[in-house]
Amino acid sequence: MKVNGVPHPAPVDPRRLLSDHLRHDLGLTGTHVGCEHGVCGCCTVLFDGAPIRSCLILAVQAEGHEVMTIEGLAVPDGPLHPVQQAFHECHGLQCGFCTPGFVLSVVGLLAEHPHPTPEQVDEGISGNLCRCTGYASIRRAVARAAELSKQ
Amino acid sequence: MKPPPFEYHAPASVDEACALLGSLEDAKVLAGGQSLVPLLNFRLARPAHIVDINRIPNLDRIYERDGGVAVQALVRHAGVEDSELVARVCPLLSAAVRLVAHRVIRNRGTVCGSLAHADPAAELPAVLLALGGHVVARSTRGERTIPASDFFTSVMQSALAQDELLVEAWFPASPKKSAIAEESRRHGDFALAGAVRAGDRLALFGVAPTPVLADPKNPTQGLQPSGDVEASPEFRLHLVQVLTDRVFAA
Ligand SMILES: Cc1cc2nc3c(=O)[nH]c(=O)nc-3n(C[C@H](O)[C@H](O)[C@H](O)COP(=O)(O)OP(=O)(O)OC[C@H]3O[C@@H](n4cnc5c(N)ncnc54)[C@H](O)[C@@H]3O)c2cc1C
Ligand code: FES
Ligand code: FES
Repeated sequence: MKVNGVPHPAPVDPRRLLSDHLRHDLGLTGTHVGCEHGVCGCCTVLFDGAPIRSCLILAVQAEGHEVMTIEGLAVPDGPLHPVQQAFHECHGLQCGFCTPGFVLSVVGLLAEHPHPTPEQVDEGISGNLCRCTGYASIRRAVARAAELSKQ
Repeated sequence: MKPPPFEYHAPASVDEACALLGSLEDAKVLAGGQSLVPLLNFRLARPAHIVDINRIPNLDRIYERDGGVAVQALVRHAGVEDSELVARVCPLLSAAVRLVAHRVIRNRGTVCGSLAHADPAAELPAVLLALGGHVVARSTRGERTIPASDFFTSVMQSALAQDELLVEAWFPASPKKSAIAEESRRHGDFALAGAVRAGDRLALFGVAPTPVLADPKNPTQGLQPSGDVEASPEFRLHLVQVLTDRVFAA
């Protein structure tokens, strides 16, 4: 499998979840784990370009596929990805636990709807939980990200 | 928690998958994993073998047949949601699939997996029942068609045998007057109760061990929904009436 463009062998143990493989075997701890049953959205990664839950897929299933984690979204010391920049500008995060999952879900949302309506924004982030922000700043961040992505 | 140990198989064809299911003791099919992997993580399921069908080519088609749409085993919910064919032939299915979980879950979960899982609160089993569709099951013993009315047998139980793979589901074209309505605590949650109208047929979900057909004029007749922290039986019966009125007003 390729993770952020770099080829890696799949783990030997088939019961290894992709989320644990990323964190424990590859040291990519930007992928967070909250619930391990698909509800919180913290573990969201891009799988062949579309967001999925990394806690609901076995790492062996990623063999032959491209995985992108939050670490792969911007080059080190380069400019932030427009979605990251927008979360930064709009205070779309406080503790940051939920943020990698939100950012990757929003990357997926904007790929599908480059100019999302408020309903599409709400629907697009409804699968991610945040215990800090109350979501208002995250909504603003999504609108800002759409603007930044246009530029 | 983490999944318990199991032996992993990734067959490259439907025949190979059926041969595995026919010969292995205690095997489970893994499709989108959006219901099975949580069960593994919680160790509510401990199968000895996992048969992952995701490597099987040509099992992800949506196509028109017999005046309806056939959805093969590896078609994701998102694929149905985005399908122009489904929107044209069976708009009821397009509307229903948008109520299943969230887009990120729909990117991976499959329509056939949702039917095989047979959750009584799930949308798609009720849609299949309201439309009078069927599923096609394959095993080394051959292929058979199971009508929706015979498929859902109990809570998370279907008429599929241990060695059978559900290869496709067939949804008849939806009649002009079709609609789905549900009530849930939050968007994307499983429904407390739901109603599906296909012409003059009504199917309900979330209020019995399986999706059920009901009389649109008296939808609560004979229902004994269970109660839980989210809704009492009385509230569920109230919802059935309100949701039925809503889909028949549409
Ligand atoms: C947070 C969250 C919210 C959700 N909300 C909803 C919701 O509102 N409504 C809803 O309906 N669902 C909901 N789901 C479940 C989702 O729809 C699943 O995608 C679906 O139930 C199962 O499909 P799957 O492909 O993921 O199946 P899997 O998880 O891979 O399998 C589920 C079961 O079906 C069997 N199976 C799967 N495919 C086949 C096949 N082809 N042949 C034989 N057996 C098979 C498996 O062995 C297993 O027992 C939710 C899931 C999550 C994580
Ligand atoms: S850890 Fe995967 S959704 Fe919560
Ligand atoms: S910023 Fe703390 S959970 Fe979202």
